[in-house]
Amino acid sequence: MTSKVVTANRLTDGLVVYLGYAGWTEDIHLARRASDDASREELLALAGKAVSDNEVADAWLIDIEAERAVRRRERIRAAGPTVRPDLGHQATRSA
Amino acid sequence: MYRYDEFDHKFVAERVSQFRDQVQRRLNGELTEDEFKPLRLMNGLYLQLHAYMLRVAIPYGTLSSRQMRKLAHIARVYDKGYGHFTTRQNIQFNWPKLVDTPDILQELAEVEMHALQTSGNCIRNVTADQYAGVAHDEIDDPRIYAEIIRQWSTLHPEFSFLPRKFKIAVTGAETDRAAVKVHDIGITILINEAGDPGFRIDVGGGLGRTPIVGKTVRDFLPKQDLLTYLEAILRVYNMLGRRDNIYKARIKILVQSEGIERFRELVEMEFALLHGGSLDLPKSEIARIRAYFSPRAYEKLPDQLEEGMEASRADSEFDAWLATNTVPHKVSGYAIVNISLKPVGGIPGDASAEEMEAVADLADRYSYGEIRVTHEQNLTLPDVRQKDLYDLWLSLNISGLATANIGHAGDIIACPGLDYCALANTRSIPVAQNISRRFADMRRQLEIGPLSINISGCINACGHHHIGNIGILGVEKNGEEFYQITLGGRADDNAAIGRIVGPGFAFEEVTDAVETVVNTYLSRRSHENESFVEAYERLGEEPFKEALYAAR
Repeated sequence: MTSKVVTANRLTDGLVVYLGYAGWTEDIHLARRASDDASREELLALAGKAVSDNEVADAWLIDIEAERAVRRRERIRAAGPTVRPDLGHQATRSA
Repeated sequence: MYRYDEFDHKFVAERVSQFRDQVQRRLNGELTEDEFKPLRLMNGLYLQLHAYMLRVAIPYGTLSSRQMRKLAHIARVYDKGYGHFTTRQNIQFNWPKLVDTPDILQELAEVEMHALQTSGNCIRNVTADQYAGVAHDEIDDPRIYAEIIRQWSTLHPEFSFLPRKFKIAVTGAETDRAAVKVHDIGITILINEAGDPGFRIDVGGGLGRTPIVGKTVRDFLPKQDLLTYLEAILRVYNMLGRRDNIYKARIKILVQSEGIERFRELVEMEFALLHGGSLDLPKSEIARIRAYFSPRAYEKLPDQLEEGMEASRADSEFDAWLATNTVPHKVSGYAIVNISLKPVGGIPGDASAEEMEAVADLADRYSYGEIRVTHEQNLTLPDVRQKDLYDLWLSLNISGLATANIGHAGDIIACPGLDYCALANTRSIPVAQNISRRFADMRRQLEIGPLSINISGCINACGHHHIGNIGILGVEKNGEEFYQITLGGRADDNAAIGRIVGPGFAFEEVTDAVETVVNTYLSRRSHENESFVEAYERLGEEPFKEALYAAR
């Protein structure tokens, strides 16, 4: 089943982050999921507030299925460059 | 090399402090992202997939060893230990923190570098022949005019908000190594029939989603009129270029819609109004800038390459490197040395901080401390004594920088693609790596002969796939990566846009497809000196199409 999470780039360093249950996290697996319209709206409201509070540069919803991002672009964002496994979030954990 | 005067220093320093203030205001929340974005882009700071990316200008691809060491320092201290040399002779850092960027720009300013004109709808960093000033076939040094254009165009108030970005390239040699025909303006230095030096001006070339080979707008322009004429072209573009559609905003679309004759009339009318005004370029000013690029105090040395180097007889690997990576120098006893940033299976254009420092040290030891960046994403040492070539090669070898593949199948040009770029649809680096590994055998590359393979991860064509002999364009279809192959592109004097050979290939199939194309060429070429692109032009696409698709 497809659910949604909020992702963004953190303002201070630009790194990929996800909206978790206690603020932003670099780990997509710890992101707060939304699977219905109401919780999606709630996520978007929190994301909008984080943008206006200048925590992140931008924020948007992405699709998650079977514990990973649906789009290749988002899978690469979650992990890091496929050609440099030593860089990005994959370097410190398995994405 | 050009050295900053008082004005340049002051200007760049003011710019850094202005940006420091802007970053602080962004962090304080006084500026929103929408307000800040154009400001950061004016200072070369993008936001990419994984992080911010800082693109630093290397005007006309010329660097001192001191500047290269500074780039290495920035890579190590503020980034992840490496940088990426681009197809526009610049360098990109992929992981800088926003909070650090004012300090990075401050450090760059210390060595007369900056990130101006690396983004936005302005006149971008001017590119030039990487062999400028040392090429054996050169009429005049393009760096002089590239520097004059840089000074004219930097923060040009009238041209800071053009309909779209604007790229200028300059060549001063008989052979075009700057791909002038695929730039918004391409400038070729020449001598006319009367024996006067001047320029041919081409306009409206470009790649991207509408690839077009530029057209000549002026066959001969006297040197003193260079800036006046450029200003006239830019004025016409600024007034008439489309601002309603980003995909139709480049000057190539305007030249196409007006037609080159009408466009020329408009430019000449504007030129007539401006002519003899403040943009007139006096000989004294050209001489002043020329002095910065005055020739080295070369030693009088015999030419050894023609007779065969003494050391070369003992070392066939050195021989191979000599044949592929060195180019004749205008001065007897010297050579131009290319350093490939395309090791087998490597990431095209990437260099680690250690590699940058190694190149800087070798430039100091063997090439008057000067380095060039090529639009093929390699580096060049322009002034090496032939008698030092063997020692230089040994040192390059120790640093893993002696890959002998310049101009051959392994010397692949690739944009960062979806591994880094927010605009990309597909990956391009791993495609390059797979092809590079497939053609790892250098004997095979030499048998194939000169071949350019260019890969872009989206239609914006930063990998210049349209002008690769074999071009590869990544497109996303239903979430999968597909790669279209174009054949017959070339970036030289006979610039041509490659033609799509047929339906695209999946990521796993594209290396085989490239190999099929190469094998078809090998089996069909008329003799071993007929290059890939010559054979393609003679044979047409049919034999390649047949080989690629008959069995499908």
